[in-house]
This record gives sequence, C-alpha cells and structure tokens, in this order.
Amino acid sequence: MNLNQKIYGFRRDNNRVGIRNYVVILPVDDISNAACEAVANNIKGTIALPHPYGRLQFGEDLDLHFRTMIGTGANPNVAAVVVIGIEPGWTDKIVDGIAATGKPVKGFSIEKRGDIQTIAEASKAAYDMVHYATGLQREPCDISELWVSTKCGESDTTSGFGSNPTVGNAFDKLYDIDSTLLFGETSEITGGEHLVKDRCVNEAVADQFMFMFNRYQDMIERFKTDDLSESQPTKGNIEGGLTTIEEKALGNIQKIGKKCLVDGVLDKAEMPTSKGLWFMDSSSAAAEMVTLCAASGYVAHFFPTGQGNIIGNPILPVIKICANPRTVRTMSEHVDVDVTGLLNRDINLDQAGDMLLESLISTANGRMTAAEILGHKEFVLTRLYESA
Amino acid sequence: MIQFIVHDENDSVGVVTVEGLKANDTIKGWIMDQDKLLDIKINQDIPIGHKLAIKELNEGSTVIKYGTDIGRTISNILAGDHLHVHNVKTKRW
Repeated sequence: MNLNQKIYGFRRDNNRVGIRNYVVILPVDDISNAACEAVANNIKGTIALPHPYGRLQFGEDLDLHFRTMIGTGANPNVAAVVVIGIEPGWTDKIVDGIAATGKPVKGFSIEKRGDIQTIAEASKAAYDMVHYATGLQREPCDISELWVSTKCGESDTTSGFGSNPTVGNAFDKLYDIDSTLLFGETSEITGGEHLVKDRCVNEAVADQFMFMFNRYQDMIERFKTDDLSESQPTKGNIEGGLTTIEEKALGNIQKIGKKCLVDGVLDKAEMPTSKGLWFMDSSSAAAEMVTLCAASGYVAHFFPTGQGNIIGNPILPVIKICANPRTVRTMSEHVDVDVTGLLNRDINLDQAGDMLLESLISTANGRMTAAEILGHKEFVLTRLYESA
Repeated sequence: MIQFIVHDENDSVGVVTVEGLKANDTIKGWIMDQDKLLDIKINQDIPIGHKLAIKELNEGSTVIKYGTDIGRTISNILAGDHLHVHNVKTKRW
C-alpha cells in the first residue's frame, strides 16, 4: 500500500486539509434552529446543523458547548459558516473562534430583528459563501495531512477479531507516516485501561489518561442504578454475543493497533497540538463521540461495527467497516468496507487494513460514504450537567 | 471451514463465526495467535458471534479472552457450553 500517493483535498487558509466543502448554517442555540433551517432551505449548497442546546448553560458545560460549536465551524471540511443566535454576545464569541482559521464566517442575532429579517440577511451572506466555496478547487495533499478518528458502534464479537483490528492495522500504517489520529470512548476502555496506559508515550501522558479514565468511572459510580446491564454492553452488543464491559473494551482497544503509541490526551472537543495518536475523553455513544471528533478537527472517521450501527455526521465522512457476514448480508447499504473474509481466513489483517486505507483515499478524493448517501447527519452535542 | 475462533490458546472461550450451529454439533475452531486448529462438541444451539467455553469452568472462575480477564462465572460451565450473560457477569461497576 503506497501511502505516499497524493489525495485531492481542500487546503484551508490555516493549512489544514479538508475532504468536503460545506457551507454550514450554525445555530448558537435551540431557538435559532428555525432561522438556520430557513436559510439552508433558501440557499442551495448549504447545510443547517440544528441541535437542542445552547441556552442557560454555564461553567465547564458551557465551555464545552463553545468548543463544540467553534470546532465544528473551524473543521477543514467546512469552507464557510453563517452563525445565528438569539443575541449577539455568544454569537460573536463563536464567530470570532471560527474566524481564527481565516475562513469566511458571519454572525447574525435575532433579537431586535426577528426571524424574517435575520433570515433575509443571513441568506444573502450564505449566497455569497456558496459562490466562494464552489469556486475552490481540490489540490494534491499528503495522506498524512488527513486527521483520522475512530470509534466503533453496535459492536459484537466479530468487531473484536475483525473490524476493530482492521482499523488498528490501518492506524499503525497511518501512524508510521506521521498522521494525526484519535480514539476515545472512555467508558468502553473499562477492563483494558491498563493496556492503554502501557501504550502511553510517557508517564505524564499515562497520568493524564488515568485521570480522564478515573473521572469517567467516578461519574458512572455516582449515577448508576445497577451494573449498567443493557447500557454497557448495549442490548445490541449482547445480542451480538458480547457479555461484559471488559470483553467489549478489549475488542474496542484493538482499534489502536499494535504499534501506535498514545502521544497525548484531550478533553472533549479539544484540538490536538501535534501529530500522533490522541486519546480524547468522550462518551461511547456513537453520535456524541463522532460529533466531538468533528469538533476536534478530524476530517475522516473509521467506524467499525458488528451488529450494524448506521450513524453518520453532517460534516465528517464516516467509513463503516464490518466483519459480521449476517450484518453485511442484511444491511449491506450501510457497509463501506466488507472484511468478513477475515473470519474464514480468506484475507489477512494486513489486506483488510489496506482495503480500509483504499476506502479512506477514495473518500478523501470525494467518493461519498454509505452514511453520506443515505443522508445520516447525526449532530449530537455532549452535555455535562443541567442548565442553570 | 472454520466455525469458531479463539484469540489465544490460554483463553477459556471461542467465538462462533457461522450461523445455524445446533446442540451436539462438533465444530471446527481456529486459535488465531498460535495458528492452531481445534474441534469441540457444543452442548446447546449457539448463534453467530456468541461464545462457547473451550474448557470447564467452575462457578466463581475468571473467564479469559484475549489473554485477559473479561468477567466471572455465576454457575458451573462445561466445555462446549454456550457462555453469555446467563452464566457470566462483569467484575466492574
């Protein structure tokens, strides 16, 4: 597999490489969704990202909201952004955060204007942005410039010896060419935390990892009412043959391969500051985690599944890998890379990893993923606690 | 044709990789890490993706997969038994 070949991406003003070219209409808060959706309806070639939050949040939970909004707008798969909020203060904060990337961004607030005038003004701005974005050309970029994240979902036992090690094999190869990689799912490392800790590049990173791991465990201990049966593992996991969280975790960890080291640790929606493999503290719920990956700046996502999770994301192409022959037979339209051959020794892990990297390259060059074609746009924000 | 996979020969379990296995079938397994083959007779129907015990486990034993602890047995388990949430529980949470 030649990983020195070029892919054709969009190089942004901050030198990051994107593989999609969205004009995003981003609501600051829940009550601005209607205006954003109206603008996206008026102006073709734009996408609204409605969500249920952004009012009366405070403290760390509010910080996370801003990081997620700014990170989503700043993502290199996004060419330009219209931000709409109920009032100017928080709207401007998000606009300023995105503007640091150098991309076109404009904010509008609804108070003292009303929806209709806001929609008219924002639509004019979005119109210009679509002209700008569609005038951009793809150019040759290195594969190592693609930031690639991973998270698995509706895992079963085939994930543990098929689709997850396939991601691990591809991650090992991408790590060798100095890519920027990410994994997370803090709760789903339970039972294998010692293995991740041993892979950390130094003691400081190991300590940061264990801090994040223990913080998540404390949260679960605080709120749990039982042993989390049917949540972790999920009912789908159990149907697929996974029995305990430990078994699920050991399968999960296959995604970081055999060679990559964990070079750094991020809090939710934080951006990496250097190349290498990063651990991000995150929920293990698919849409929440993938939304956080997009907010951290990742432009392509590897999503291994066993029983057939169907998730997508509005700005982050999600490539699905599956080793379960029943799932591939019954849900083929959701599978991008079929690695069922691993189970009967028709292909080996190295070949499976190359199949995934080929899919990454074609996706980077513009080929749509299953989730994109099927219109999956799950944009799900992580909350830390109640609003004030 | 491989019908179940074991990650490591010291594991207590294997995973069924084909559909339609019935009680009393003798099935063919592959131990991945050591690249060895293994036959075993199963005692119940076992769906694809589910585990079978490849050795006898007494109640309260640790179940090993990937060479690592994945939980504890809550009843006695025979080689060839279906091993899942009815006879194994997490040690966490």
